[in-house]
Amino acid sequence: MTAGKAIAEPIAAETDVLVIGSGAAGMYAAIEAARAGCQVFLIDRSLIGRGGATVMAQMTVAVALGEEVPDHWSHHYQDTLTAGRGLCNEPLSRLLCEEGPECIRQMDQWGIGWARKDGHIAQAFAPGHDRPRCVYVDFLNTGPAVSKTLRTVTHKIKSLRRAGDLCVVDLLKVGGEVVGAVAWHAETGAPVVISAKCTIVATGGLTRLYRRNSASANMGGDGYALCLRAGAPLIDMEFVQFFPIGHLAPRLIGMDPIMWDPFRYKLGGRLLNKDMQEFTDRYGVPEEGRYVITRDLGTYAILKEVEAGRGSPHGGAYLSFQHVPEATLREAFGPVIDRLAANGIDLTKMPVEVAPIAHYHMGGVAADVKMQTEVPGLLVAGEAVGGANGANRLSGNAITEALVFGRQAGRTAAARAQATKSTPAQGNAAQAALDLIRDEPPKDVPNPAEMLVRLQAAMSDDVGPLRTRAKLDRALGVIGELSAMLGDRPFGNGGAFDLQRLDWFDLRNMLTVARMVAEAARLRTESRGAHQREDFPEMLPQWQVNHTIRVSGGGFDIMKAPAAPAEAAQ
Amino acid sequence: MSETAILKIWRGQNRDAGHWETHTVPFERGQSVLDGLRWIRVNKDPSLAIRFSCINANACKECMMELDGETVYACTARLEPREMQIAPLHNKILVRDLVTEIAPPAERFAAKEKQ
Repeated sequence: MTAGKAIAEPIAAETDVLVIGSGAAGMYAAIEAARAGCQVFLIDRSLIGRGGATVMAQMTVAVALGEEVPDHWSHHYQDTLTAGRGLCNEPLSRLLCEEGPECIRQMDQWGIGWARKDGHIAQAFAPGHDRPRCVYVDFLNTGPAVSKTLRTVTHKIKSLRRAGDLCVVDLLKVGGEVVGAVAWHAETGAPVVISAKCTIVATGGLTRLYRRNSASANMGGDGYALCLRAGAPLIDMEFVQFFPIGHLAPRLIGMDPIMWDPFRYKLGGRLLNKDMQEFTDRYGVPEEGRYVITRDLGTYAILKEVEAGRGSPHGGAYLSFQHVPEATLREAFGPVIDRLAANGIDLTKMPVEVAPIAHYHMGGVAADVKMQTEVPGLLVAGEAVGGANGANRLSGNAITEALVFGRQAGRTAAARAQATKSTPAQGNAAQAALDLIRDEPPKDVPNPAEMLVRLQAAMSDDVGPLRTRAKLDRALGVIGELSAMLGDRPFGNGGAFDLQRLDWFDLRNMLTVARMVAEAARLRTESRGAHQREDFPEMLPQWQVNHTIRVSGGGFDIMKAPAAPAEAAQ
Repeated sequence: MSETAILKIWRGQNRDAGHWETHTVPFERGQSVLDGLRWIRVNKDPSLAIRFSCINANACKECMMELDGETVYACTARLEPREMQIAPLHNKILVRDLVTEIAPPAERFAAKEKQ
């Protein structure tokens, strides 16, 4: 500590339930715990209800409402298990499908405005589902509407405090239990210690590890790293979902890269190679202008077509709606057609280029159906939870999962908080994290923003959808080099909105999580769902196992256990 | 020579003691001002403070700043091959460089906890 810089005393905050992350899962959890009578503190490293993945969702939310055609949650469940290629944690999948309808109707009562037709909630068909099942908010507005609806509910609850710009460094652990978190306040750099009877990690996934991704800049897998360091195991970290038709070219301003998904739901569209030929039939899925290919197979088909020299100019595939009349386009997407025109795109005259883009993480923190991790006091919700979607997630399950798992975590947290008289004395449990926050930066530090780009390049090139042992080894080499460059003292001086410091803390988590993805992918010597090993191209029955990662001494262990089926759905 | 955009950016933590800094960034059609600012952080100066989450979807609404005196979202403002003047919102509390306090009071940390 240099002269003149006083040791900043941490700001103390106390609550019954701490919720980290304010996407759909975090907000729903906070609402549910507060409605059960708890004091709740909802925090986010970005602004409340703005960052994360929820707000980026374009259209589909899968749920067996039976409004469009008769349906039952067990059909949704079967589709989820089929998409998961044998690796789903079936009790979690069942919870998602069985309780989805209640949460979706609750959102409707809260005024989300699900699209309706002929007096009922409209449900669209999406690939992998056996019938039309996906509700949505027009136009391309599902995610913003989910965020806004939940955020409005949080405003009305007095016992629910919210604060953005709080970056969690580590969970606070006393006597084997999690009792809150240590954070720093981005606006001021001030250290903050939050005591809580129960803590819910709802920080979403890890798409920021990849160069092209469909979520926000704050989705760097921080919750996985926080939970892992606190002793909670992670599962199936090798399964990163790539969304096959992410926008590639021409460059667009102000458009979400996954915007073509709703276009395909509503209008079909044709996926074409450089010769303007449909090609998915080569990979076992003839589409003929319909949208039926699942995400893992779509990603595989496009990348293989590019590899064979039949890709579009920027290295993807063409997506064409040239056969769709303009009036139909306008009826389906209204103002979006004008936004495309402002970007110089007339879909009646030209195709666009699309390519796979990192989208979602099937792996995550191991949890039971109450959202409890192995560590008492620590719950998870939403995409942070691993296992419900196995090796490949069905379209539309992410928002449903966020709502259902959020609600469940909120209930469990409230029960725990109400059964806990007070949080245990912290002693010096916060000290290591506080020392890190207050540390002086080393001299001559590298540019952490540039290091982040290097990590994204290594992950995209070598830990993407198509993997080999050599590529994974190379990526692990880069991860090792970057970890050495990062060292153990934060960059930046810790003042107001110090992005170098934020990048350092982000890289600390991202490098940990990147290593887990690559190590698990290296061990899995087969191809299944989102994990395709070109050196082991077959899906093998002996690999119907989940990988569990836990910290051990200074390192970590990866264990295999057979994927456990639940009792069959009725 | 390929085209460039010249970004004249306000830097500082105090309205009365700031300065303007000029960076030349490569221009490519279809880029946003936010793309230009992010390029500067990766290639020139990682200390430049900007606030954003969603990068280019215009979903998070966090990247508000002033471009040539007009309030814009940096993710939807087009980068152009000319000098562009970029400043923090003048009617919000300054945090640092292009970052201002835009969260509603009930969603801020310091206001409530610090007393």
